[in-house]
Amino acid sequence: MAKLIIDGAEVEVPDHYTLLQACEAAGAEIPRFCFHERLSIAGNCRMCLVQVVGGPPKPVASCAMSVKDLRPGRDGTPPTINTKTEFVKTAREAVMEFLLINHPLDCPICDQGGECDLQDQAMAYGVSGSRFAENKRAVENKYIGPLVKTIMTRCIHCTRCVRFVTEVAGVPDLGSIGRGEDMEITTYLESAMGSELQGNVIDLCPVGALTSRPYAFQARPWELTKTETIDAMDAVGCNIRVDVRGREVMRVMPRLNEAVNEEWISDKSRFIWDGLKTQRLDRPYVRENGRLRAASWGEAFGAITERVKASKPEKMAALAGDLATTEEQYALKDLMHRLGVASVDCRQDGSPLDPSLGRATYLFNPTIAGIDSADAILLVGANPRWDAAVLNARIRKAWVHNRTKVGLVGERVDLTYPYQYIGAGPTSLSDLGSFREVLEKAERPMIVVGAAALSRPDAAAVLAAAATLAKDVGAVAEGWNGFGILHTAAARVGGLDVGCVPAKGGKPTAEILAASAAGELDVLFLLGADEIDTAALKAPFVVYIGSHGDRGAHAADVILPGAAYTEKSGTYVNLEGRPQEAVRAAFAPGEAREDWAILRALSAQLGAQLPYDSLAALNAAMVSAAPWLGEVDEVVPGDPAAIDRLAALGGSMDEAPFVNPLTTFHLTNPIARASKVMAECAKLIEERAAVKVAAE
Amino acid sequence: MLNDQDRIFTNLYGFEDWHLDGARKRGQWSGTKGFVDQGRDWIIEQLKGSGLRGRGGAGFPTGLKMSFMPKASDNGRAHYLVVNADESEPGTCKDREILRHDPQLLIEGCLIACRAMDAHHCYIYVRGEYITERLHLEQAVREAYEAKLIGKDNVHGWDFELGVHHGAGAYICGEETALLESLEGKKGMPRLKPPFPANMGLYGAPTTVNNVETIAVVPEILRRGANWFAGLGRPNNTGTKLFCISGHVERPCTVEEEMGITFRELVEKHCGGVRGGWDNLLAVIPGGSSVPLIPHWECDDLNMDFDTLREKRSGLGTAAVIVMDKSTDIIKAIARLSHFYKHESCGQCTPCREGTGWMWRVMERLVEGRADKREIDQLLDVTKRIEGHTICALGDAAAWPVQGLIRHFRPEIEKRIEGYQAAHPAPVPMAAE
Repeated sequence: MAKLIIDGAEVEVPDHYTLLQACEAAGAEIPRFCFHERLSIAGNCRMCLVQVVGGPPKPVASCAMSVKDLRPGRDGTPPTINTKTEFVKTAREAVMEFLLINHPLDCPICDQGGECDLQDQAMAYGVSGSRFAENKRAVENKYIGPLVKTIMTRCIHCTRCVRFVTEVAGVPDLGSIGRGEDMEITTYLESAMGSELQGNVIDLCPVGALTSRPYAFQARPWELTKTETIDAMDAVGCNIRVDVRGREVMRVMPRLNEAVNEEWISDKSRFIWDGLKTQRLDRPYVRENGRLRAASWGEAFGAITERVKASKPEKMAALAGDLATTEEQYALKDLMHRLGVASVDCRQDGSPLDPSLGRATYLFNPTIAGIDSADAILLVGANPRWDAAVLNARIRKAWVHNRTKVGLVGERVDLTYPYQYIGAGPTSLSDLGSFREVLEKAERPMIVVGAAALSRPDAAAVLAAAATLAKDVGAVAEGWNGFGILHTAAARVGGLDVGCVPAKGGKPTAEILAASAAGELDVLFLLGADEIDTAALKAPFVVYIGSHGDRGAHAADVILPGAAYTEKSGTYVNLEGRPQEAVRAAFAPGEAREDWAILRALSAQLGAQLPYDSLAALNAAMVSAAPWLGEVDEVVPGDPAAIDRLAALGGSMDEAPFVNPLTTFHLTNPIARASKVMAECAKLIEERAAVKVAAE
Repeated sequence: MLNDQDRIFTNLYGFEDWHLDGARKRGQWSGTKGFVDQGRDWIIEQLKGSGLRGRGGAGFPTGLKMSFMPKASDNGRAHYLVVNADESEPGTCKDREILRHDPQLLIEGCLIACRAMDAHHCYIYVRGEYITERLHLEQAVREAYEAKLIGKDNVHGWDFELGVHHGAGAYICGEETALLESLEGKKGMPRLKPPFPANMGLYGAPTTVNNVETIAVVPEILRRGANWFAGLGRPNNTGTKLFCISGHVERPCTVEEEMGITFRELVEKHCGGVRGGWDNLLAVIPGGSSVPLIPHWECDDLNMDFDTLREKRSGLGTAAVIVMDKSTDIIKAIARLSHFYKHESCGQCTPCREGTGWMWRVMERLVEGRADKREIDQLLDVTKRIEGHTICALGDAAAWPVQGLIRHFRPEIEKRIEGYQAAHPAPVPMAAE
């Protein structure tokens, strides 16, 4: 600990603190532009200047000066720092003046207006007039992709964006060219940035130089209603804030959660919102003579009741999709059980994850924050860059800070950090080569099983092999469980937690689809399940509950319009097993209703009324069935003994190489497929992959 | 005036052979092993005793600077000596003479300096525009390697590898930390200090960056003794120094002289005097473009050394003496320097990136007189707001010439403004226009 006198008051701070941190600990406010907690220190904006008494007679950039670099006074008094003197005030005014002389005063037409660091700090630390009588600099705007709009004249060269893209996102796409006042931030060839996290530079940019292209000129921050909720685009469960004007979602922003997403979200999470406005199912539909026609809720329910009554429970089934909340999946399972239907499944990817073995067999046990302390990570059939972009940045962070060793079994992909490539198929699991020693020597090894391993016919054997490996290399030990499943769907862990899987004698997803293709199924309920082969759904009577007119709706005989993830409250359990509460930010369009309410109304029609009349009652019922879901925002760890049970299952593995099921990052769910922005991004990546660089 | 036998740079003008044989004839590489064998502390003591101050501009005592390097036994980290041969300060042309004509002196100095800081590796960073200099230096390094004077298992018993790196011609790469960045292959942008290079320099290892001239005089100081060097010049400003006199003198030249020689003696003995006579002198920039000018009325017995010039609120800098006679448009001269700094600012930190352009634009208007008198004070205030607020000293270097101009030639600027205003009367404002 170091003693300091800051603004006359003595404080004690840890030795590794910078002056800026020390001043903040002492309660002094230090303005800054270039400094950001999660990026390297640049020290270039010079806004955080403070006065160090007894040092050189010039102000010191507090973000870059370490507390331990200060010397105490000759008489032993602690180093003295002033942040409120005239000296400091003048220095800040000077820097603010320099920042503003070439900054266009176009705040009225700037999208950053109202949430601009420069605006705020100019008010707090600047002067009211300008002494600059020359012409201002103008900078040409750069194309850096369909997501980030640039107005480069506004740039104050803090280089936060460059540092983020290089350090966190791990792509070499953004940099600065030129020198002095001609310095410009650019992708050099004006090509689009190739990161799945590029949207974060919009939040990082302290001015209006980098703004959201889809959101351009759409709204002002003060007209928006802000709702803090949970993202459903992947299984990470990023904490987001949904900004709404009227009924319309205007944008999505990240929220701080150190344990989950720090303060980043992926581009899919951020720019999906235009998909919430197109292809919406806003009223019920019933198929008549091969065509869907708009109908009333009564007609739709009537049609369903008729078919269900005429069928038998063995000839009915239900599938839950990737975006469903845990409550909905619980209600679906409950309803099916009341009807006597055993074939219920939430694993529409066909994975063999089995909740009866224990929670630890399907959670990401090491937790996301645990990645920071992992020293060796083996990825099995996973592409975390696409499956969980924010989590991938966390692995990169571990590599940057601790040189964590990463090995990959599966498809060779660019993960933004170096890894040891071990092999393409499951056979490599038993022969890891030199990486086995790395895992054995590691104190906190991690084995991560991804989507490519889970969606194949021999997935159960692969899981067992991975669990055996985890045990053998000491990944499951006292105080550390390094065995993790990398889920891709926001709904999945919740669905497994509430047991939304086939009951005794029930069929799992693959068999349900086979049975419907063979004409052995009468009625199939789809709760937002779109990522299945809908060609197999010709024979049964398909009831689709969902928000978008996507694959599932096309195959449906009755459509019940549901709510998208921003339009309903509920619980999402992320891949670590962390239940988080999503909050409704807007209302569903037209006659659409929240999905749980649809299930509740349907249950009454079918004569199997569900015993909860409110979401709170449903939630209470769910929590009593799965008590750990009541620990909101907390991870209740699974019992590691479950991994022994998983390992004991054994089985023989196929030799076929792992193939990542995601063929695109951007178009993975019905909302994304309805989004123009996502389509544009996907097209760009496709084009880039198609272009062969010369001399390759 | 310096006696011929006290000269260190005996081939300054390239009249003699610059190759190894010629250098040896001039006494270079003699007794070097003895100095190396004396060890680190002895060399540093000698340099401290000689009073040698860095010749790159700041004038920091060299022996003290070398003593900041941690002991090699501290840890396994490599130590580096980096020689700054990125001589880009306008007006300065001293290091190039050493590189072209006396490169062996520099190489010998590098070996001894490396011994003094327990370093086995040295890099010489040569300015991009210096082609001949680089070719000569590289040839000299080859000759030294072949003669086993340097390299692994050399005759001096101190393993020593020397690399020559060619810059790309940016002024800022002469700043020591920007030079290290550039040497590492990155964009030449100054680093934040602390940590200082002595702790975290090249590739994160302890590093000392020295000027060419500083290193090149080290062998002669050891050969002739610290007292000999300390006996030359003035107290605290000892030894000999290369002066580069350019501008309005009869014969511009680079010459080795005693520190503290008066400006008048320097110009009249070596350069044939100021063009048009001593009374035709207007001002002098005594230490390269970044120091404030000194007006002619302060030049009569001006000692050219660090401390005297500091008292005059200027500096010796690199001892690049730029002489200006009364035909000079002093405002335009300084405006040109402002343009130079605006052009060479790296763009990293705010005050320099934005401020240098502002200063230059105002200076351009002052050249015409197209300004208001209150803008002089405003410009002065702007220079004060750049000075000391930046990461490196380029901000200071850009501010000082303007400050010097306003300090000494304010009446000249005001006269210019009055002249312009007389020629361009302000339009009479009319109602309802």
